[in-house]
Amino acid sequence: MSDFESRPHFPAPGNAPFRGLRQVAPPPPEHPESDLWDRRVANALAFLRRRLTGEYEVDEFGFDRELTDTVLHPLLRPLYRDWFRVSVRGVENIPDKGAALIVANHSGTVALDALMLALAVHDEHPEKRYLRLLGADLVFRIPFVSELARKHGSTLACNPDAERLLRAGELVGVFPEGFKGIGKLYRDRYKLQRFGRGGFVSAALHTRVPIIPVSIVGAEETYPMLGNFKPLARLLGTPYFPITPTFPWLGPLGLVPLPSKWCIEFGKPVPTEPVADMADDPLVIFNLADQVRETIQQTLHQLLDVRDAEAAS
Amino acid sequence: MSSRPVSGAHPPRVVLVTGVSRYLGAQVAARLAADSRIERVIGLDDREPTGEQATILADSVEFVRADIRTAQPAAVIADNRVQTVVHLAIASAADPNAGGRAAMKEQNVIGTMQLLAACQQAPELRKVVFRSSTAAYGVSFRDPAVFTEDTEPRDTPRGGFARDVLDIEGYLRGFRRRRSDVAVTVLRFAPLIGRRANTSLTRYFSRAVVPTVLGRDPRLQFVHVDDALEILHRAVTEDHPGTFNVAGAGVIMLSQAVRRAGRIGVPIPEPALSAIGRGGANFSLDQLDLFVHGRVVDTGRLIREFGVIPRPTPVAFEDFLRGISGVLPREAIGAVEQRILAGLRRSRAAVR
Repeated sequence: MSDFESRPHFPAPGNAPFRGLRQVAPPPPEHPESDLWDRRVANALAFLRRRLTGEYEVDEFGFDRELTDTVLHPLLRPLYRDWFRVSVRGVENIPDKGAALIVANHSGTVALDALMLALAVHDEHPEKRYLRLLGADLVFRIPFVSELARKHGSTLACNPDAERLLRAGELVGVFPEGFKGIGKLYRDRYKLQRFGRGGFVSAALHTRVPIIPVSIVGAEETYPMLGNFKPLARLLGTPYFPITPTFPWLGPLGLVPLPSKWCIEFGKPVPTEPVADMADDPLVIFNLADQVRETIQQTLHQLLDVRDAEAAS
Repeated sequence: MSSRPVSGAHPPRVVLVTGVSRYLGAQVAARLAADSRIERVIGLDDREPTGEQATILADSVEFVRADIRTAQPAAVIADNRVQTVVHLAIASAADPNAGGRAAMKEQNVIGTMQLLAACQQAPELRKVVFRSSTAAYGVSFRDPAVFTEDTEPRDTPRGGFARDVLDIEGYLRGFRRRRSDVAVTVLRFAPLIGRRANTSLTRYFSRAVVPTVLGRDPRLQFVHVDDALEILHRAVTEDHPGTFNVAGAGVIMLSQAVRRAGRIGVPIPEPALSAIGRGGANFSLDQLDLFVHGRVVDTGRLIREFGVIPRPTPVAFEDFLRGISGVLPREAIGAVEQRILAGLRRSRAAVR
């Protein structure tokens, strides 16, 4: 062959070390056996140094695992543990590895339920798995919010992204009600809204992954939406403008969520393998979507009964 | 880049390369000329190559001075019985010293139309290789995170280069229909990077203080210049009709790139940057679109078809960094970290 075939191969991917990595490793502490304080300080400094020098990894969706573990999850944990006192059931229904589509009800005016769900999956599951949330395009239009969402592992709710994540073996979280669910009035609480076109079902069918129905109780009461001031929503280009007992009357104080008691139940996985070959049949899609929707709705009623009984006792 | 040899190569006898007075064109032409399977390489440009480009092209490449915005290339293609045209004379940024945006559009759009008209009349022509860009996917907040070659652009981009690319790819589709006997390879390149690359983005990362968009941290992808050259070479000597994304796997966030390069990022509100971009200063609307939305592509098709794996984006970027020196070098930050840690340990030891 020509010289073009015999040229030396390029270095293998990932082998090139970053400049200066070796020189900047902090020295070991003098008493490594039990000096927790020293280790914490050293870790915090090393974290700051890595952030300042860009020596961390993000995946192609922009998921920054280090930032999620070190900053985002610790910020959300007090809300999860102490404010909403989230109790979780059925975490064993989430697979230890491999892809699954987690489908949940959506409520509460602000998408706190999505964040709490992701933290529940990570903290309660033995494998500490990350839930890759699918968000509305509005999330990705807003500066800062869009970037935090991506760093937290979220991406746009569209079939190419959902299927790409599922093919990569990730847990993907979706709220098929969308704004119809999160922006509904308090009087409609725990009434599941329409599930759209069932795009989430076709994503699961195309990738042959199970669907895990999830019911979240508690988010409805965080920001009880008494009214929707539509003219202002239109002006701002948002799907709704909430009027709650505290917002906008109390200004920034109105942004504090009410401390409702939350329960999250992960249901039995619905296999998609048997009907995966009929992924383009709208009837199959609608039937499966209805089945998931019914499961979530029934579980919501059961969880509400349990919560009421606990509150009464 | 790792590679495997591909069988069934059909190198052309005569190749025409446009844009040889620029870096990429000169490199590609010289590489093809060095390939013994190719008899003649004709380099075309509307200005004489100078400096490094002239040295690279000397002796091996036959230079023809012609303006692709006119009908001149048609005669060159017909007279020399050109079999493969490699179209690289695409300007990715307006040059304020050479007519600005109007001249850039003329060069890109009219130039490509004229060249394709010439190609259409050339009976000997077998192949057209075209340098496109991942800017062809446009920008929208409803875009998927990763573009495949089949993703359709949702919104028209603001940037002039991206608009040109969309126009040009449209003309290429028309050409494909009219000359179905000619293999058309469209390579959609991510921004080129590497020690030797000189683009608006490499110049950006070479500044001490770099503007970023307030509240946005885009996902960027690059392709190493050497990998781009290898793939262009293969596109000429082997048969790979179709459209292919060319990028290094993985991503690097802009904030991360700025920090790895040891630069100081200054976030500026988007309206201010877009006013600057419209004013035609050295921060273009193309760059602004990229810095708001980011751009990541899937390269599965390239790897399957060409049998090559370009260097991952972080590795390509690291190679670029070897050629520049940081304002905030990592070593200095590491030294500060150690000094703080040592100081804290000393004061604790003193207290105990």
